[in-house]
Amino acid sequence: MDENLKFVMVGHVDHGKSTLIGRLFYDTDSLPEGKIEEIKQICDSLGKELEFGYIMDHLAEERDQGITIDTAQTFFRTKKREYTIIDAPGHVEFVKNMVTGASQAEAAILIVDANEGVKEQTRRHSYILSMLGLNQVIVAMNKMDLIDYKEERFNEVKKELKEWLDKIKIKPSYIIPISAKQGDFIAKKTKNLEWFKGPTILEALDSFKKETPMLKKPLRFAVQDVYKFNERITAGMILSGKIKEKDHIVILPSMEETIVKEIKEFNKNPKEAEAGKSIGITTEDSLFLDRGNIIIRKNEPQPKITDTIKGHLFWLDKKPYEKGERVLFKLSTQEVMGEIESIDKVIDSSSLETLRENAKEIKNREVADVTIKLNKEIAIENFNFIPQLGRFVLERKDTCAGGIITKIN
Amino acid sequence: MDHLDRLESNSIYIIREAYKKFNKIAMLWSIGKDSTTMLWLAKKAFFGKVPFPVVYIDTGKHFQEMYDFRDECVKKWNLNLIVSDNIKEAEKQGIGPKDKLKCCTIRKTEALKKTIDKYKFEALLLGIRRDEHGIRAKERTFSPRNKDFRWDYKNQAPELWNQYKSQKESEQHLRVHPLLEWTEIDVWKYILRENLPVNKLYFTKNGKRYRSLGCKPCTQPVKSNAKNVQEIIKEVKESRIAERSGRAQDKEEAQAMQKLRALGYM
Repeated sequence: MDENLKFVMVGHVDHGKSTLIGRLFYDTDSLPEGKIEEIKQICDSLGKELEFGYIMDHLAEERDQGITIDTAQTFFRTKKREYTIIDAPGHVEFVKNMVTGASQAEAAILIVDANEGVKEQTRRHSYILSMLGLNQVIVAMNKMDLIDYKEERFNEVKKELKEWLDKIKIKPSYIIPISAKQGDFIAKKTKNLEWFKGPTILEALDSFKKETPMLKKPLRFAVQDVYKFNERITAGMILSGKIKEKDHIVILPSMEETIVKEIKEFNKNPKEAEAGKSIGITTEDSLFLDRGNIIIRKNEPQPKITDTIKGHLFWLDKKPYEKGERVLFKLSTQEVMGEIESIDKVIDSSSLETLRENAKEIKNREVADVTIKLNKEIAIENFNFIPQLGRFVLERKDTCAGGIITKIN
Repeated sequence: MDHLDRLESNSIYIIREAYKKFNKIAMLWSIGKDSTTMLWLAKKAFFGKVPFPVVYIDTGKHFQEMYDFRDECVKKWNLNLIVSDNIKEAEKQGIGPKDKLKCCTIRKTEALKKTIDKYKFEALLLGIRRDEHGIRAKERTFSPRNKDFRWDYKNQAPELWNQYKSQKESEQHLRVHPLLEWTEIDVWKYILRENLPVNKLYFTKNGKRYRSLGCKPCTQPVKSNAKNVQEIIKEVKESRIAERSGRAQDKEEAQAMQKLRALGYM
C-alpha cells in the first residue's frame, strides 16, 4: 500500500490541466480542510466563479495571469496507492519547466480540449513525452460539456490526435472523454457519457504499473565519489543489476579489473545490493577509482566506450547553441567537456517540420539530431536498454539541453 | 526496494552530489523532524561521519525542548555545530513577533546571511519538502540564491533526471533540497523504521501536540492524542488539516510565504 506513482499533467494552455488536478483532489477527498473555502474567497474577491485551477497555482503571478509558470507537485490517494501529480505549464514560454516536470514522471495525462482540438503545445508536449520514453499515457479529452457530450466530435479529435501520436510513436493506453469542470469520468462514470465504455481517469491511473528497477539487466554501478574518512570507500549508485561480494568487476573506461571485497552501508553489512541503491564498495586491489567510473561485472555485456555521441536533443536555453561553443556533457556521473560537431537536422517539435539541415545553430525549444565530440571516452548504452546511461544533459552555467542517445555504432 | 528505500537512496545521492561539487558546504538544521532525518541521511551517505558543519539558526524564540534536543543530538552524533543568530540586532530594533514578516526576516534570514558571509558557504543543504507548502512545491533540488538571497522563482533553470546544477555563479549560493520528494508521512515512517530520536514536542501533552516546530510565539499545537510515532502516522494519514496550520508565517496573508521565500527565507 506504500506505493507512490508520479505522473505529469501536460497539454496546451487553457485546455484544463489545473482544473482536472483540482477535480482529482476534490473527488478523492484529498483537499485539506478549509482549502475550498479559501479558494472560494479568492475567486469571490476576483469576481469569478469557483475555479478548481486555483488549487495548483501557488504564485501570485499565476493567479493574476491565470497561467501556471513553473511545475509544482502535489499528492492524492486512491484505494490502490498514492499519486504525485506533476503539474506542467502549458504556455510555450515555459517549456523548460514542462520538460523538468516530465523528466521526473513515470506516467502522463495528456489533456486535449474537445472543443478546440489538437493545438501546438498538445503536439510539442506529446513529442517531449515520446522523447523522454514515457509510455504509460492517458489522453483526457476535456470540456465534453461544451460540445454537449457528442461522440462524433470526440471521434473527430481522437482521429486527428492519433494521426499525430502515431507519427511520434506514442501509443496511448486510454483515450477518455471527460469534463473536469462537471466531474464526468474523473472518479465516476456519468450518464452524460453513457456511450463511452472505457474506464474513468482514476481507474486508468490505477491500472498503470510502477517502474520496476532494472534488476535483470547487467550490473552498472556509477561512481560518484571516493571517500577516505576511516578507510577508502568508493561511493555511488547502482543503475542496473546487482553487485555482490567477491564479484569480479571491470572499471570503465580504464578496463582495469579487481574483486569486490565488501559492500558498504552505514550500520549494515550487506552481501549484495541491487539497482536503485546508493552504496559504497571496497576492492581487493587498490586501484585508482574516481567519479565518473562505471563499474560492470566481468563476462557480462559491456557498454560502448566512445568519445562520439549520436543523439537527439532538446535545446532549453534562450541563448542559442552556436557551432564551436564548448559545453559540459553530463551522462550519469560522467562529466566531460565537448562540443557539437555537427547539427545534422533541426526540427520544430510541434510540427516535425525540418527547419534546417547541416545547421550552424540550435535555438530555444528546437529539437536537433546531433553528433557530439567529447574530450575523453565515456561509457554509453542504448536508451531503451539502460536509460540512465542513454540520456544526457548539456550544461553552461545551468542545464541548457537534454538529450537521448539514438545510435550506438 | 520499497518506497522508503528508494527515497533514502535518492536523498543520499543528492547529498553526495552536493558534497562532491562544493567545497564549502553546510547543512541547515532546524531541530525539527525533517532536518533531523536529513542529518541521519548525511550520516548514512558518508558512512557515519558528517563531513561538514551543521548550522542552527537561533532566533532566541525557540522552545526550551528544542535547545535540549539539539544538544543531545550534537553529543550523540558528534556534530560540528555552528550557531547562527541575529538576536542582538532584532532586540536593538525592537522587532518581535508582532510584525511577523520582519521578525522572520531579521531573526532567521539575516542571521543566515551573516553566517554565510562569515564562512563563505557555497551550498546549503535544507530539509524542505514539496508537500509542505504550495510555494515549496515549485522548488528545484539544486536552487540558486543571489547575494541578496533572492530566489528567481519565475526564471528557474531546467533540472532533468538526476543531473543538477553543478556550477555556482559569482556571488550565488546554492540551496540543496535532498528531501524535496518526501511527504510528511514518509518522514514519520522513516523515523519509525530507523528508530531516530524525536523531540517530545511532537507527542501529545494535555491533548495537544506540535505538528511542525518553529518559534514559540508563532507556533501553535494541534489537537492530538498521539503518544508515539505509530500513532502520529495513523493521525497524519487520517488528517485533513494542513501540516503547517500551526505556523503563523504561512497565514498572515495569502502570499506571505512567497514574499518570505523571495527574500531568502527557508
